[in-house]
Amino acid sequence: MNKDFKNHIVKALSKNVRLDGRKNDEFRKITIEKNVTCNAEGSAKVTCGDSEVIVGVKMAMGTPYPDKPDEGVLMTGAELHQMSNPDFEGGPPSIVAIEIARVIDRGIRESGTIDTKKLCIKEGEEVWMVCLDISPINMDGNLMDLGALAGIIALKEAKFPEMKDGKPDYKTLSKNPLPISKTPIEVTVSKIGDSFLVDLTYEEEKFVDARLTVAVLKDDTICAMQKGGDSPLTEDEIFKMVELAIKKSKELRKLI
Amino acid sequence: MSYTKRNDGRKFEETRPIEAKAGVIKNADGSGFFKIGKTSAYAAVYGPKELFPRSQHNPRKGLLRCNYNMMPFSGSGDRVRPGPNRRSKEISLVTQKALLPVVNLEGFPNAVIEVFIELPQTDAGSRCAGICAASIALADAGITMKDMVASVSCGKVGDKVLIDLDYSEESHEDGAVDIPVAMIPSTEEITLLQLDGFITKDELKKAIQMVKPVLKNIAEIQRKALKEKYK
Amino acid sequence: MGKLLVKDKEIVVPGDVIAEGMDFLPSFGTYRTGEKIIANRTSLLSIDGKVIKTIPLAGRYLPKRNDVIIGRVFDILMSGWRMDINSAYSAVLMLQEASFKYIQKGADLTKFFAIDDYVVVKITNVTSQRLVDVTVKGPGLRRLEAGRIVKVSTHKVPRIIGKQGSMVSTIKDATGCRITVGQNGVVWVQGEPEQEVLAVNAIKKIDENSHHSGLTDEIKKFLDSNKVKTKGDKK
Repeated sequence: MNKDFKNHIVKALSKNVRLDGRKNDEFRKITIEKNVTCNAEGSAKVTCGDSEVIVGVKMAMGTPYPDKPDEGVLMTGAELHQMSNPDFEGGPPSIVAIEIARVIDRGIRESGTIDTKKLCIKEGEEVWMVCLDISPINMDGNLMDLGALAGIIALKEAKFPEMKDGKPDYKTLSKNPLPISKTPIEVTVSKIGDSFLVDLTYEEEKFVDARLTVAVLKDDTICAMQKGGDSPLTEDEIFKMVELAIKKSKELRKLI
Repeated sequence: MSYTKRNDGRKFEETRPIEAKAGVIKNADGSGFFKIGKTSAYAAVYGPKELFPRSQHNPRKGLLRCNYNMMPFSGSGDRVRPGPNRRSKEISLVTQKALLPVVNLEGFPNAVIEVFIELPQTDAGSRCAGICAASIALADAGITMKDMVASVSCGKVGDKVLIDLDYSEESHEDGAVDIPVAMIPSTEEITLLQLDGFITKDELKKAIQMVKPVLKNIAEIQRKALKEKYK
Repeated sequence: MGKLLVKDKEIVVPGDVIAEGMDFLPSFGTYRTGEKIIANRTSLLSIDGKVIKTIPLAGRYLPKRNDVIIGRVFDILMSGWRMDINSAYSAVLMLQEASFKYIQKGADLTKFFAIDDYVVVKITNVTSQRLVDVTVKGPGLRRLEAGRIVKVSTHKVPRIIGKQGSMVSTIKDATGCRITVGQNGVVWVQGEPEQEVLAVNAIKKIDENSHHSGLTDEIKKFLDSNKVKTKGDKK
């Protein structure tokens, strides 16, 4: 990191001017498309500025975990496709991809968004496994929030496949949606210098000192958090960030 | 056993509806999108750029590296496990061989041109769609290439020779032959040829004859997509 | 008689037949096969008498001798610096090309150029294997101060600079920014935050619309309608 260049940007941010001219607390324009891929049981594409991400839901029958024999399973994966950004590398999922998937997973799981008990087919033997996969097409920052947004939309769109001779017939989807009762929205607030920003571009993400991802429910309850970045945060800063995250979550919620 | 009418009502020499676009991925040096029926493919080209590992360096010319990948939710039926597998690696290889004859790599010693193909949804013919998208992406990236490469499958369902099998035809109960083909339209040279199923030499001849004009038409669609970007 | 199948200033893509017959001469971006001249690169056609020329619209930067470019230091070597020059190939700045002053052996090279410094350099040599040597000895060549770095297509650089630097001057005048354009498509901009955004947006607009005719007017209009109000301005 070039310190002079960073200070230059920090100075601009302190005047509330971002690299692309946005205000610090401003999202890029978001568009949402539902059911974008025909072989998934549910899917959504979210475009935000130059970032574009597809999330698909696949459902399969499997055995439950021994400690939760009467509950279905949610699995969340994220792949940083090399197609979507020149800096992404091939090979097994990077720690960045794993963190994104786990934080998105936590927002959905810990909020009890999916009633996993209703995914049980036969206790201890067979349950529905719901696989949520995050696939960026063009990654220009903020994959965490956009993946979570596309994720919750895809889950809400998802329909169980029809059953044929005790097996799922993926060609025909039923009208039964997943048992979803909540809508967690994730917002990441990043700190660069003394400024707090949302919806960073990839260029801006390189300058981040610290970030805090907050998953918020409709009643402003927080249901998951993750602090990232190399610098520490004070209590005061944390609450400023949480407040901003809650404020922005209301805007994002309106889009769904 | 006669396959008299296609499942989706197409003519035997007719492809599914095609949609092509260039410049769909901003981060890439060049990119393309190709959709045929329910099969769609994105392709991004990065490079020529520095090549790692160094053991692959060729001081005489650059390397063309292709990477085919199905997104986890793209297939009908089970989720596709992320990461490379034997199938995707083989398709990456034949994709590279399909594109290599048109691409000029002379000017880039020790460097690499990377092609990444991602499929959000598939309904047979995914490698062909990937090659079509990749060809658009390479041209969009300003790579020197003597022509486009167009690709589609031909084959046989029941007793009928036809073009562009979809999944329902590939798994037809009367038996199906799938022949993915890629061609350099200006020379009619074939750069991809695979086959599974049973077919006579004469039927194969008929299928290849039938696919040639279709591929020339696909190349026109690819070129139009590239020009559309600059409209 | 030869026949031209594509009009001048039209976009051609690989495989397009541009002309038939032996009257025309292929040049960069085209090739002859039999009677036909065919495009082998996505480019803008520029017919010069009987010579079929093309202006490429895309493609990475390939280092060329005497080009003035902007590089980023990413490695410090025993006796020089290695730079990313927005190309498949990196460049080396040798110690003796870094300063007019004598640099002692074993000196701390980061005092001259540190990792992630952006430097305006001139290419002194490119070998057949594309090993690239650069220098900072020369007018305008220097380490860049804090500012913003924007990357554009190397082929759009002539449009960004404009005839005798007219386009870049227009942007400088409208925004008060300092701007340096490297032939490799790396652009440095420094000014007041809002003015910088405007300058960068104008540069990106040229990058995207370089094939439009009347681009200069388009950019002037853009700069005018997005003018940043400063305190000195009357309402």
